[in-house]
Formats: sequence, C-alpha cells, structure tokens
Amino acid sequence: MIRQIAIYGKGGIGKSTTTQNTVAALAEAGKKVMIVGCDPKADSTRLILNKKMQNTVMDMARDAGSVEDLELEEVLQSGYGDVKCAESGGPEPGVGCAGRGVITAINFLEEEGAYTDDLDFVFYDVLGDVVCGGFAMPMREGKAQEIYIVTSGEMMAMYAANNIARGILKYAHSGGIRLGGLICNSRNTDREDELIEALASKLGTQMIHFIPRENEVQRAELRRQTVIQYNPEHAQADEYRTLAKKIAENTNFVIPTPISMDELEELLMEFGIMEADIVDEPVAVA
Amino acid sequence: MTTPSVKINQTQKVIDEILSVYPEKARADRALHFKPNDPTSDCSSCVVKSNVKSRPGVMTVRGCAYAGSKGVVWGPVKDVIHISHGPVGCGAYSNWSRRNYYNGETGIDSFATMHVTSDFQERDIVYGGDKKLATIVDELDGLFPLAKGISVQSECPVGLIGDDIESVAKAKTADIGKPVVPVRCEGFRGVSQSLGHHIANDAIRDHVFDKQATDIETTPYDVTVIGDYNIGGDAWASRRILEEMGLRVIAQWTGDATMAELANAPKAKLNLIHCYRSMNYICRHMEETYGVPWVEYNFFGPTKIYESIRRIAENFDDTIKANAEVLIEKMKPEMDAVIAEYKPLLEGKTVMLYVGGLRPRHVIGAYEDLGMEIIAAGYEFGHNDEYKRTYPLLEEGSIIVDDATPYELEEIAKRLKPDLVGSGIKEKYAYHKMGVPFRQMHSWDYSGPYHGFDGFKIFARDMDMTVNSPVWGLVRDVTSTECATPSGAERQAS
Repeated sequence: MIRQIAIYGKGGIGKSTTTQNTVAALAEAGKKVMIVGCDPKADSTRLILNKKMQNTVMDMARDAGSVEDLELEEVLQSGYGDVKCAESGGPEPGVGCAGRGVITAINFLEEEGAYTDDLDFVFYDVLGDVVCGGFAMPMREGKAQEIYIVTSGEMMAMYAANNIARGILKYAHSGGIRLGGLICNSRNTDREDELIEALASKLGTQMIHFIPRENEVQRAELRRQTVIQYNPEHAQADEYRTLAKKIAENTNFVIPTPISMDELEELLMEFGIMEADIVDEPVAVA
Repeated sequence: MTTPSVKINQTQKVIDEILSVYPEKARADRALHFKPNDPTSDCSSCVVKSNVKSRPGVMTVRGCAYAGSKGVVWGPVKDVIHISHGPVGCGAYSNWSRRNYYNGETGIDSFATMHVTSDFQERDIVYGGDKKLATIVDELDGLFPLAKGISVQSECPVGLIGDDIESVAKAKTADIGKPVVPVRCEGFRGVSQSLGHHIANDAIRDHVFDKQATDIETTPYDVTVIGDYNIGGDAWASRRILEEMGLRVIAQWTGDATMAELANAPKAKLNLIHCYRSMNYICRHMEETYGVPWVEYNFFGPTKIYESIRRIAENFDDTIKANAEVLIEKMKPEMDAVIAEYKPLLEGKTVMLYVGGLRPRHVIGAYEDLGMEIIAAGYEFGHNDEYKRTYPLLEEGSIIVDDATPYELEEIAKRLKPDLVGSGIKEKYAYHKMGVPFRQMHSWDYSGPYHGFDGFKIFARDMDMTVNSPVWGLVRDVTSTECATPSGAERQAS
C-alpha cells in the first residue's frame, strides 16, 4: 500500500528542501518514493534530479495542445535513489489559475498510472498556503492520507500552520486526511523547540522532529543536491534520516484542533515572542 | 387601510393552496414573490419581492449575466464581432437564440449571427486566456476588415482565473485602430440576466461614448429607439411610426444597430425607451451627463400606440404634434378593422403571462384591445420598478408572481384555466402537452413583428390562430385512465 503524504507550510519555510532531503533519506534506506511538486515554480524536485525539472505536466500539455496528448514518460523522471519526480507546473505569477494546474496534473498522473504498486511513498510538495481548492487537491479523498506541516518559531509560520490545520479539519471528515505532525525547520528563534511543541499540543498533534539550522543544507542546495547526496557523513544528513525514520514509523495521526488567533497570540506572549499589546487596552480613567 | 376585497381573498386562497406543498421555509420565501394584485395599493404587503437570488431547487428559468450582455444588449450590434470569451458552450448555446433581425451581409459587414469564441481548453484556464484573446482579435481584424469593433463577452472562467481582458482590450484597441470592448459579464455575477444588462450598459458608457467618432449633423427632431431588439422586425415597425411623425431616428439600440448608432445616442434630443428593464441605466446616464431626456413608450396594441405617439409628440413642436394626430387618424381605421375582425373571436378570453422584464406589463394593452383579460402575470427578472408599473394595469385579484417556478405556473394554469399562456421556450412544450394554448412571448414564436401598427395585425392574427386552433381539442390527457387508442387485448383481437 502506497503511503501518500502531503507537505504544507508557509511560503519560504523550507518545504521543498525538507521534503527532498527526507525523501532522499527514505530512498537511501531502500524505499521507493515519488515526489509530486504542486507549485507552479516547479522547484520541488530540483535537489533529487540535480537540475531544474523542465518538463512539467502543464507546460508539456500547453505545448502539446491538451493534457490528453501527453505520455507519462514525458513528465515523469527518475533522480537520486531512483526517486520518481513529477511537477505540476503552471503559469507565471499573476495570470491564469495555478490551482487548476495542480488538479489537472494530479488527475493526469493518476489516470496515466504513475501511482504504481511498487511505490512505498508519494510526497506532495504543495505551494505556500491553501489559497484555493486547487492547492487543497492533495488533501482530498483518495489522495494524501497524512499531512506534515513545516513551520518554525516565527509568528507568521505558526499562523500559516494553524490555517493549514483548519484546511485539514475541513477535509478530515469528508476524506479521512489526518495530521501526522509539525516539522520544525529551525530559524534559531528563542525557545523554538518548546514553542513548537506547545503549538503542536494545542493542535492535538506532535512535533515530529526539530531540524536544526545548518549551512551545509545551503551548500548542498547550491550544487542542486540534498545533504544526503552531497555530504552523507554530515550530522545534518542524520537529522533528515531521523525525520525519515520517524515519518516511516509514525502512527500518531489526528484530526487537528486549530486554535483561534487570540489563542495563538497568547501562546506567543507566553513564550515572550510577542509583547503584550498595550495599544488596544482601554485607558484607565481615574 | 381597508380590508382586502373578496377577489383578493379568493386569489390569496388559490396562492396559499399552490404554496402549501412547499416545506415551511420555501413556502414563506415564495409567498413574498406571489401575490394577488391590488391596483390601488400602496401598501407594502401587496408588493412582491423581486431581483433577489432564486431559491435553490425551484428550477428557475432565469438566465445569467452573460445572457444579459451577449444575448440581449451587445449581441444584436451587427457590425461588431462579439467574442464569447471562455469555453465553447455559452457561445454555442446562445447563438441565434434571439431573433434580432438585421440588414447587411453576414460575414462581410454584419456579424450578429456568427459565433466567435475563444474556446477555452484546460491550458487556457491554467495559463490564462489573455494571449489567446489578443491573437483572436488580430485574426478577426484580418478576416473581417469591415467590422467596426470587437466586444469581449466574459464567460464564468474568465472571472474565476482573473484574466486581464481590460489590458488586452486596451492594447488591441490601439493596435487595430478599432474599439475592443471588454465586458465583465461573467455568468455567476448577480441573480439573473438583469445584472448583465447593466454591465453591458456600463461598457457602452465606458468604451463607446466620447470615444467613438460620431460626426452626424443634428436636427431638432432627432430621437433614438432604445431597448428594442428587433425581434422579428419590431424595431423596424417602431421606426416607421416615428419617421411618419416627422422624427429622425439616429440610433436603434440594439436591434439592427451599428457601433456608430451606439455613439450617436447622446446627440439625440430625446431618448425613447421601450425595454426599460434592460436599458434604463444608459438612459439615466445620458440624461445626467449629456442632458438628453428620456421617455418610456409602448408600441404594443393601438391604445398604447396612440397614447405613446401623443406622449412622444408632447416633447416636440406643433408640427410633430399635428403629424402625430394625422398619423393616428390615418391608422385608426386600419386598427379598428383588425379589432373588428379578431375581437369577436377573442373577447373574454383569459391570459397568463410569464416573460422577462418588460413584456408582461407592455402587452397588457394589446390583449385588452382584443377584449382579452390578463389573469396572471409574472417576470423572470423584473425589479421593483416593473412591479410598481404593473399593479395599476392589472385587475384586482389577478395574480402577480416573481421568478416563478414551473410548478407554480402549471398550478396557476390548472386552477385558473387561462385560454392562453404566453411565456418562453422552456415552458412551451409543457403547456402543449397539457393542451393549453401557448405562445412564446420572447421570440414571438418565430413570428413577428409585434411592435407598432404593422405588428398589431400579426399579433392579433397569431393570438386567434393559437387560442382558437382546433388542435387543442385533440390533445389527450395521458394521465387519464380513459385511453383513446385500442388496448392491447383489442389490438390482438383485431
């Protein structure tokens, strides 16, 4: 049985990097994995393929005339550790409908038999926020069963994580999607691990792993590689191996309990991230 | 406030019975749209609710904003090519569904019956249709050099993906030297086709007025015909009357219209509006901006035609007023002869009308000229304006219904047994099967014109032909246990 996993999180938080490093670790351990990039930027597979994927499903469909004219081999490539890679592709910012592109691309991959039985995992790497139905596509029935949210101790990343939890809650009852945990991709903020542990517990889930900040990741990225491939001996590679193992062995799947904006702010204040808001306090009248 | 009359109470009872099958919430909601008429009423409880979202599940026959713009207002402008921007269906299914006649060579200098669409595919949704639109404009400009402009009629997906048709239109207007008019009439906007009329009016205001050349010499007798779509030649019949009055029609909107006529209208001395619902917006704009007054008129049936001729003449000098009387005097014997021929055949016959946003009130006079009585009337997409103008025209206790459901109309027909139902293509065959005489009052049932003196003759003939056709007596009630065809046993025996 294929485990289908979607990775969500605030834009720029490191979803694609985390996903590809984790997938590389799974591949290294002998797992069969496919990555489906659900972002018009099409950079979800770059570190696995060691190059930018040029043949995205939607770009190829545009050139061919329609998606029906495509062959699976044209849009599915293999990279490091025999990981299969596909990118939905889509328009440049500000035109068209990238969300529809995700829907079309995933439907195409399903219809054309990209989801072969020998796969252990399919990872969906999804654009920043669940802005419309298209980017919720991987959450729908018959797609991903588990979701991991990449976050950090920064307020907006946590805010996005909470919003994504709301999206999961919406689809949890119709499709059976569950939250598998928060992945903390550290930004070196104060008491970051404790804070994300606390947020995870409020959302009814776990912090599945804390990935420390490490420049080796960037050095590997500059060479279009994962740390697993670029420097397998490095301690950071072991961090991703640990995360991969935790995901592979995870049994903690929940319907999240998203919190209100007020609760989130209280949490931040508790950890000293946010000062108590004095502006809105009523002025005391003597 | 006086207590309701017996007639009103009787009608209310019928309405209550019809509504009684609905669940409570639907019943309460529909009751607001379904009332007995009180012609003297100024009480708020007698006013039907209108121009609000249809109740899901009632199978409304309303159209959409695209239908209001492409199908009604812009579509008939004959020397402009109208692109149905989006997937192919909207353009295909709206193609030539209104019978707006025009003079001209289709494909050479006239294009109103042509179907041009950007035929969106999945890739156009994902990558946007702006480049494709620009290409289409270039191709149309090459294929049809005599076209005077291009309009872009937005279908739903264009609004959903946020296609920037305005900037394409602006760039292409400069490129081809002809107006490319973007119309944001995505079907999901508004509650009916009514908003599409308004959006289309606004597009004329923003992209035609003061932008397109109009160098006509004006005269003191310049008028326009606004809101006549030339169904079966209506606008031509109306134009004849105005010209015989000594007026000069400088624009027909938009039946048999040209881009130049759209641009001309602000130069008129007086705008004459027939379909108030679909074009009052632009008349108000012309009044405010260019100081052109407007007057409503009604060219259905001699009584209303005479009234309207005089009302129009009031706005001009004695010459026109005298012409008006001469014309009425000249036409009266002809009209009296039509009435003398058909009134005896139609006197006392009852009518139920359910049409768009104008005709239920405008045709009342024409039916009354033939001795017929309207017992129920309703609008698909009328606003409060229409209803207020309708109450005084109908008898006390007749039914007024807004955004009616097929069930409600059928029940009215079963209970009140009108001798004629006038409505649209969606209703027609249901009533045929019920054995009820039926005329399409959107398309004139492929006949027409019905406007003007010319039109009344045809109208009277058509109503007689329908009401008194022997065919209705041959329609069998298939739900009845009595069957006219031989039963299986009889057939076997024979």
